[in-house]
Amino acid sequence: MRNFLDFPAPPILPRQDDLRRDVRAFLADTLGPDYGANDRARSWNGYDPAFSRKLGQQGWLGMTWPETYGGKDRSPLDRYIVVEELLAAGAPVAAHWIADRQSGPLLLRYGTEKQRRDILPRIASGECYFCIGMSEAGSGSDLAATKTRARKDGSNWILKGTKIWTTYAQHAHYMIVFCRTGDTDDRHGGTSQLLVDLSTPGITISPILDLSGEHHLNEVQFDDVRLPASALIGQEGQGWNLVMGELAFERSGPDRFLSSFALLNDLIRVLGTAPDQSSVRAIGRMAAHLMVLRQMSRAVAGKLARDENPPLQATIVKDLGALLEQEIPEIARTLVPVEPIPGPKQDFAYALARTLMSAPSFSLRGGTREILRGIIARGLGLR
Amino acid sequence: MQEMVLDMGAKLFAEHADASFAAHPDDVTEGAVAWLAELWDQVEELGLPLALPTEVQGGFELPPTTALGLVRLAATQAIPLPLGETMIANWLLAHAGLPPAEGPASLALGPTLDGDRLTGTAARVAFGRHAQTVVLLVGDRLVRATGATVTDHSHNIAGEPRDTLEWTRAVETAPASVDEQTFRLLGATLRSQAIAGSLDAALSMTVAYANERQQFGRPIGRFQAIQQNMAVMATHVAAAGAAADMATDLLPDALVGTGAFSAAAMAAKIRTGEAAGTSAPIAHQTHGAIGYTSEYRLHPLTRRLWSWRDEWGREAEWSDALGKRVCTLGPDDFWPFLTRMGALA
Repeated sequence: MRNFLDFPAPPILPRQDDLRRDVRAFLADTLGPDYGANDRARSWNGYDPAFSRKLGQQGWLGMTWPETYGGKDRSPLDRYIVVEELLAAGAPVAAHWIADRQSGPLLLRYGTEKQRRDILPRIASGECYFCIGMSEAGSGSDLAATKTRARKDGSNWILKGTKIWTTYAQHAHYMIVFCRTGDTDDRHGGTSQLLVDLSTPGITISPILDLSGEHHLNEVQFDDVRLPASALIGQEGQGWNLVMGELAFERSGPDRFLSSFALLNDLIRVLGTAPDQSSVRAIGRMAAHLMVLRQMSRAVAGKLARDENPPLQATIVKDLGALLEQEIPEIARTLVPVEPIPGPKQDFAYALARTLMSAPSFSLRGGTREILRGIIARGLGLR
Repeated sequence: MQEMVLDMGAKLFAEHADASFAAHPDDVTEGAVAWLAELWDQVEELGLPLALPTEVQGGFELPPTTALGLVRLAATQAIPLPLGETMIANWLLAHAGLPPAEGPASLALGPTLDGDRLTGTAARVAFGRHAQTVVLLVGDRLVRATGATVTDHSHNIAGEPRDTLEWTRAVETAPASVDEQTFRLLGATLRSQAIAGSLDAALSMTVAYANERQQFGRPIGRFQAIQQNMAVMATHVAAAGAAADMATDLLPDALVGTGAFSAAAMAAKIRTGEAAGTSAPIAHQTHGAIGYTSEYRLHPLTRRLWSWRDEWGREAEWSDALGKRVCTLGPDDFWPFLTRMGALA
């Protein structure tokens, strides 16, 4: 039981300082001086394909993958540096984010050679974007209740069903769809993952505005969509294992504790260099939490670099990270007497509004707090 | 090698768990825990007090997380000995070119130095009455003092001696390589590690109890309300362990003073203190009434948590210090500060 509470510090690799310096210089240059707190507060929801292509040109997408597939054979610890620098700067990474974080790694591990050769280099160049096909109206936390179904027709798959809460489906080229492909009493068996080209006929993508009125989320309907046999990722019936592997990538990164970083940084700016004691104390406490979370998150990256899959450690980081992300706007509003204002300006009040309105999603996306804690409890040996 | 040391430590402390528990007074308002002379002798025979100094200095040069990992393991059995204090005392003495401590040692601040004499008292010195050597920081001098007089016998709520000492005989001094804040943060890091150990043990006990205790016809650990609480505790226990190791890994930096150790040690004490405050109530809540009794072994752990989080600086103090550093650096240097692991430049 103890092992999963262990977060050993990862090694510092040679040239990592150079890499970090390069990423910072690139970001300062590319984002420019007018990229303010409100832009940064979008965190990884900012969509900018031109920015994604520039990252691809730098060799910072798919960078852990083999060169054969457009990667750079770099360590996951190097990727960690690039990713955390992007997040800390609030760079507009949404276009490529899911492809680089989880879809690409899934294809690399389970995809066919043709899928790998066709798609991975395009992800790595920042030109090919993915969305996640897990949630359904009746299948949120209970992923195994998925109803979307693919049946065989000759050598083809015919896909029918509706996915929901799909971030940036309106821009994505592909969705990896978790669906039923067989009949079995085992809720986890009889599921597969299919690679779906979203330009295929029979797919309807409808917007769902979030509570701030922005369009990130979508409903995606599949109306007897005909897919080639090669759409299957891995083996038929292997869907549950694949989707769990994807969630481990999804839960482990610094995107799970830096979502409110832009607001915290702007809070420090607004408070000035010598604020009152209660402000200093609150900043110190949040800095301590960030330092420890970053240490834990780097430890998970270190385990990934050693080809270990630490799903429980990732779950712990995500649960603690979301708590801090949600606490930051609450603390910020106690220290600075301004009201949150929705809108495009870059001042603190606008960044506060954006972060406040995003915050409920922090403990929903990638697994709800309650599901994560259930996983941790099982890890402890409670059943 | 490191695994071997920690396995050996775990075994040694487990063998003395009963004695350690029996050493507790029934009423902590009346007296302190008894001294475990036999266990201390074994600790010395194994050379654990010299875990940190280099081989050239006559030590074993264990990695800091291994050496202080022993402090964490000792805390899992609530072992009432100044093991960590003695390790850090010998490490500081070795780097100052002073002879190692005789017997058990402790760390203290307070007195002033007049030539080779100490004036004034040191308050709440851990195991002061048992410490044959006390290492003090007085201004920029490291002091090796022996033969203290105990002017006040006190203890913390776990019954660990916290005594007031004074010295009449001459002391040895040398230039210190740490300032007062760093000295205090060395103490804080010992407590962070100990808190992590105590939390580990409290979590294990609580999980075991939840799986064993039956109510409504099933183990209480099957109830989601219990599971969610236990998961919260586990996340704090994990964070405490990571925080303590984050500071401990940077121990060598304490002698150089780039600011990395001090920032990490502040963060660790803040985080472990908070973890203690969140976790101890969950452990007690899950145990119910039995966990509140003197005969049950949870309280030596939780009473230590409630003591240690306030020793060598509580969360508020270190939050003030870390926050001041962050605010002084300003927003543009906040992220670089975090990625430099708290080093100042």
